[in-house]
Amino acid sequence: MTDMTPIKTPAEQALSRAFGLAAPTLPGDAGVKSLREAAFGAFETAGLPHRRVEDWKYTDLRVLMREAKPLAAPPTADDIAAAKDAGAAFATAGARRLVLVNGSFVAELSELAGLEEGLTILPLARVLGEGHPLSSRLGSLAPQGNAAVDLNTAFMADGVVVHVAAGVKIERPLLIVSRHVGAATADVTRSLVVVEDDAALTLIESFEGPDGVDYQTNSALELSIGRNASVELIRHQAEGESALHLHTLMAEAGAHATLKGCTLTTGAAVSRQQAALALNGDHIVAALRGTTLLRGRQHGDTTLLVEHKGTHCESRELFRTVLDGTAHGVFQGKIIVAADAQKTDGRMASNALVLSDGAEMDNKPELEIYADDVQCGHGATVGALDEELLFYLEARGIPEAEAAALLIQSFVGEIIDQVENEAVRDALMAGVMRWLAQRAGTPQARG
Amino acid sequence: MLEIRNLHAEVEDRKILNGLNLTVSAGEVAAIMGPNGSGKSTLSYVLSGKPGYTITDGEVLLNGESILDMPPDERAAKGVFLAFQYPMEVPGVATMTFLKTAMNAQRKHRGEPELTTPDFMKLVKAEADALFIKQEMLRRPVNVGFSGGEKKRNEILQMALLQPKLAILDETDSGLDIDALRIVSDGVNRLRRADRAFIVITHYQRLLNHIVPDSVHVMSKGRIVRSGGKELALELEANGYRDYQDAA
Repeated sequence: MTDMTPIKTPAEQALSRAFGLAAPTLPGDAGVKSLREAAFGAFETAGLPHRRVEDWKYTDLRVLMREAKPLAAPPTADDIAAAKDAGAAFATAGARRLVLVNGSFVAELSELAGLEEGLTILPLARVLGEGHPLSSRLGSLAPQGNAAVDLNTAFMADGVVVHVAAGVKIERPLLIVSRHVGAATADVTRSLVVVEDDAALTLIESFEGPDGVDYQTNSALELSIGRNASVELIRHQAEGESALHLHTLMAEAGAHATLKGCTLTTGAAVSRQQAALALNGDHIVAALRGTTLLRGRQHGDTTLLVEHKGTHCESRELFRTVLDGTAHGVFQGKIIVAADAQKTDGRMASNALVLSDGAEMDNKPELEIYADDVQCGHGATVGALDEELLFYLEARGIPEAEAAALLIQSFVGEIIDQVENEAVRDALMAGVMRWLAQRAGTPQARG
Repeated sequence: MLEIRNLHAEVEDRKILNGLNLTVSAGEVAAIMGPNGSGKSTLSYVLSGKPGYTITDGEVLLNGESILDMPPDERAAKGVFLAFQYPMEVPGVATMTFLKTAMNAQRKHRGEPELTTPDFMKLVKAEADALFIKQEMLRRPVNVGFSGGEKKRNEILQMALLQPKLAILDETDSGLDIDALRIVSDGVNRLRRADRAFIVITHYQRLLNHIVPDSVHVMSKGRIVRSGGKELALELEANGYRDYQDAA
């Protein structure tokens, strides 16, 4: 047998060229530079993940990412003008808006005045450029050997850095909007959010872009939650219908912390949202929930890793997927309970509603338990709309399409109902209604 | 009001209705009784348009109009209402939302303007109070966590709000205790009107003490094999269905 050297795909070759060209000008001190080089080295060795890489079995990036788009240039005045309405879907939430256009932080579209006492918001480019102390936190939560993260670390240039001082509870939600405008580029954003002990923050991320442009987003968020701190994290991925979207949440929580997450995925041709959550202290309560609605030929992957390292922690992961057309949904979730993480209560469920014969769902829930006094469970279901339920609604005069929409709405509504902020909840539900209206081919959903 | 002529229906190649004839006039309450497996529930599903049944012969006319080719929602808008033997639980859909969606869908179908929220609320409150349905129940998802009696009362509430021309009650008495039976029966009796017909499907005579029928029809093997007045129900109660098990 001869040792096979894998042939590099055009996308891999383009990424190598791009890194060679960009590396000298990317911001950061020597520490950041070596972080980048190590990350890119790891990527170059492994290449784009493909179906024989267990973690990427259902999302073969070598096939799904045929080419690597050129790195986005800083937005022009026209680009910025085109992004003026960024985050409009969340307008009623009264959030503090922070805007990234094609991966670059745009101060003039962001609300930086009147920051609450104890809240610091900085563009990542500045943090890297100045060698700000927070830059040393970057990469500390990055999982090893993850191509999306390695590429993000290699190319990271801008994003949002947020620091909430100990004991400070920020009432007003932060809204980070990643907006793509113009031709197809690769938009890389890296954000870092540090919520110190006893502090609180609500963070909304919104991803938006035009249909018909095959741009590529690689976004990563490092989130550090201190002891007894509380974070609610909401994300709406509403990328344009031709986009490729990779998102990684890397989070750690200290003792008695609370994390509540809710995601809504409706956009992109190909998307993968991955989350790695480390529960490092005792008595942490974490809930990651989300719903994904896909149609046409969309591909949407949700991959989670929750590590219980302290005792008496509770984690809940509940994801619901709705698939139409020939869409492909993926859920991979793993809960690892360390040997001394006694009294862990971990539950994970993935439920999929398949509306057409051509759609496909792959579920892979896993538990790895090394402690002996725990309560853990997982479950996965895939089903069609209940015919008996549909008939019940139709027998009351509700037309079939409307009855189906009502049932889909209730299926995903149970996830979105968990969001605390009513205006945010309404904004997410409006996203669901838009999806239903598009599915029905009507311009406006019924109220 | 309703004319069923020579109705033949199958489900999964099994013949269930075998030439059923039945006429129900406006204002009439017709009881259909019969042994288990005689096709009573199938008749209710075929009339309301449940998918999965194949009509191989015959016709069903509602006020002279054939309804067999209409989807269930269109039949509902024309005035057909089925009170289910086993009302479905609809998680995540508040009862109030469900009622309003149904009422407005029917109004839209008939070209009528949608109800305003205050008008809707007023209507619901009046009818719910009459059926001892608490407002709190209306905020809960449809039938989720409801007792058997609450589910049946919810069916009657829907009937009261939707004001059908033809109401079909499929074993409405099943699973009800005597108090719940009285509330449900009173609810139905209040809805009896000169321009509304009822088909009351029941296995037992008990319900007919509360909802007194104008006519009683015995069903066996997918056909009406005997018709008579309300005294027929008492006869069945005394003698059982043994005379009809092998009839047809």
